[in-house]
Amino acid sequence: MIKKRTDPMAYQPGMEMITSDIRDKVLKNVDNYDYLKVSAGDVKQALRKEHLSIEDYGALLSPAATPYLEEMAKKAIIETRKHFGNSIGLFTPLYIANYCENNCVYCGFNCQNKIRRGKLTMAEMEEELKAIAKTGLKEILILTGESRHHSGVNYIGEGIKLAAKYFSTVGIEIYPLNADEYADLKNCGADFVSVYQETYNLSKYEQVHLSGSKRVFPYRFDAQERALLGGMRGVSFGALLGLDDFRKDAFATGLHAAFILQKYPHAEIGFSTPRLRPFINNTANNPNDVHEKQLLQVMLAYRLLMPFAGITISTRERAGFRDHVIGMVATKISAGVRVGVGGHEEKEKGDEQFEISDPRSVREVHQMILKRGLQPVYSDYIRV
Amino acid sequence: MTDQLVIGGHNFNSRFILGSGKFSLEIVKAVVENGGAEMVTLALRRANLGGEENILDYIPNYITLLPNTSGARTAAEAVKIARLAREINCGNFVKVEVIKDSKYLLPDNDETIKATEILAKDGFVVMPYMYPDLNVARDLVSAGAAAVMPLAAPIGSNKGLSTRDFIEILVSEIAVPIIVDAGIGRPSQACEAMEMGVDAVMCNTAVATAKNIPLMARAFGQAIESGRNAYLAGLGRVLTHGEASSPLTGFLED
Repeated sequence: MIKKRTDPMAYQPGMEMITSDIRDKVLKNVDNYDYLKVSAGDVKQALRKEHLSIEDYGALLSPAATPYLEEMAKKAIIETRKHFGNSIGLFTPLYIANYCENNCVYCGFNCQNKIRRGKLTMAEMEEELKAIAKTGLKEILILTGESRHHSGVNYIGEGIKLAAKYFSTVGIEIYPLNADEYADLKNCGADFVSVYQETYNLSKYEQVHLSGSKRVFPYRFDAQERALLGGMRGVSFGALLGLDDFRKDAFATGLHAAFILQKYPHAEIGFSTPRLRPFINNTANNPNDVHEKQLLQVMLAYRLLMPFAGITISTRERAGFRDHVIGMVATKISAGVRVGVGGHEEKEKGDEQFEISDPRSVREVHQMILKRGLQPVYSDYIRV
Repeated sequence: MTDQLVIGGHNFNSRFILGSGKFSLEIVKAVVENGGAEMVTLALRRANLGGEENILDYIPNYITLLPNTSGARTAAEAVKIARLAREINCGNFVKVEVIKDSKYLLPDNDETIKATEILAKDGFVVMPYMYPDLNVARDLVSAGAAAVMPLAAPIGSNKGLSTRDFIEILVSEIAVPIIVDAGIGRPSQACEAMEMGVDAVMCNTAVATAKNIPLMARAFGQAIESGRNAYLAGLGRVLTHGEASSPLTGFLED
């Protein structure tokens, strides 16, 4: 018997509903976005502008912009240097648990995937944090699978408190929370929240998030806004490129961030540009039509839309790609990365979320940044 | 003739204040030396005390540090950051920056006044970054500012003296030093600001994004000095149209 799936627009018990028109605005614009209608003239016009309109941004993400990638890059590097100078931020993620209650077909942590599950005890977490701090890093991103049961808000909060002892900047990439829960984690020492919508196409979203709280599209969509209402300083956005129509998803991601900033002008905005990667028991998972050229186009469009936004380049990409995009478009790079649970001090306690492409240590990435004439920045935030 | 810049009772020979946030640290010293700067800003959030790539390890000892409160979104946050800077021996100077606009990074003048008042009472030499508004500048001076730092154009824009007319008003009305900060893109613009009578110029992006950074620092140092000398010398008259060879009013009889 085929199990009837839940309505992805229906909130589950306990999920906070906020009043916001941002989702409607983003989705309406995406509906109207027809990138095949963009001409070379539209692209050239967008490239001449200092502040992009929604249409200009759409033009830069269109196939018509492909021949203008070099010009986009030339413009992007000027903007990046204007706002960030030579600075390249360094950080590393720490997965504290990989239990998950969601069934997302593209993710190694999905609850149907038979992998080794685990979560760090506080003592183990402290050892991991110490080992990471020894590399010189001052910024850390705490991640979990999406399981309120195994890795509840209190557990994450305790982990954040520990992390704040060793790191000046603590970010979180966990399941979406209510505003008061974000406020609690802010009090524990977290200031930056990353939530990726994966795809903004509701029907695709529904097909790939088969069950679990992540299936609720609007609750995830409003996460950044609830994080800001909870007092967080900055929020990051991202679509999982390759899951659906990447041009539309990137278009939606940029607008999502732009509308949030319009409403919360103090918010620090960040972007990530994850592409699908192979994972345990699914080595065929791949980014489909999002090759490096398309990935770069998306990154450049984000930069030109928001010259001041932080853009992170993850170890999902190979070293050669990462090395070339920093300073030009990306402003933050991870190093010494493990994507299983723990693994910095002790053996991993749980399996990886995906396969990484760049295993270099903090020292190696540091040297690479210097070699490219850029400045590694360990601390760029002060918690007051 | 000694022509010194005096801020909060401290004398400086150089009128070039260097912003440091966008450089590779290894060249900070060369930039300072080439530009002849005696004061360098320092974003406290960047100071990685005892850790990797700590900017304090790269700034020469004779330089006066100007810690800034970047990252502060309220007066209260700016005050906390300034006090932290003093705790780690960065001195008594502070550049107050209160910014709650992530897009254009425009300063919040109201919060800046509040922070200035608290910090000035606390014994700091307060140099607030501000949007050039005469009323605000007066309030800042009343609050105890030792100088005011109006922006010439949006930070990092290299657009030059976009707010020229308003800065000129400050120059003629405000008694404390006026230091143009943000937006200066080239030495000629820095020179022009100095010719107008501002007391010093701060820049960062324009130097940091040059091809030859130490050389650009030198160019800025020279331009600022040159503009200052022109101001002191008194600019000559500017002809806006041709002049008649004989006086137009020569026909008048007693």
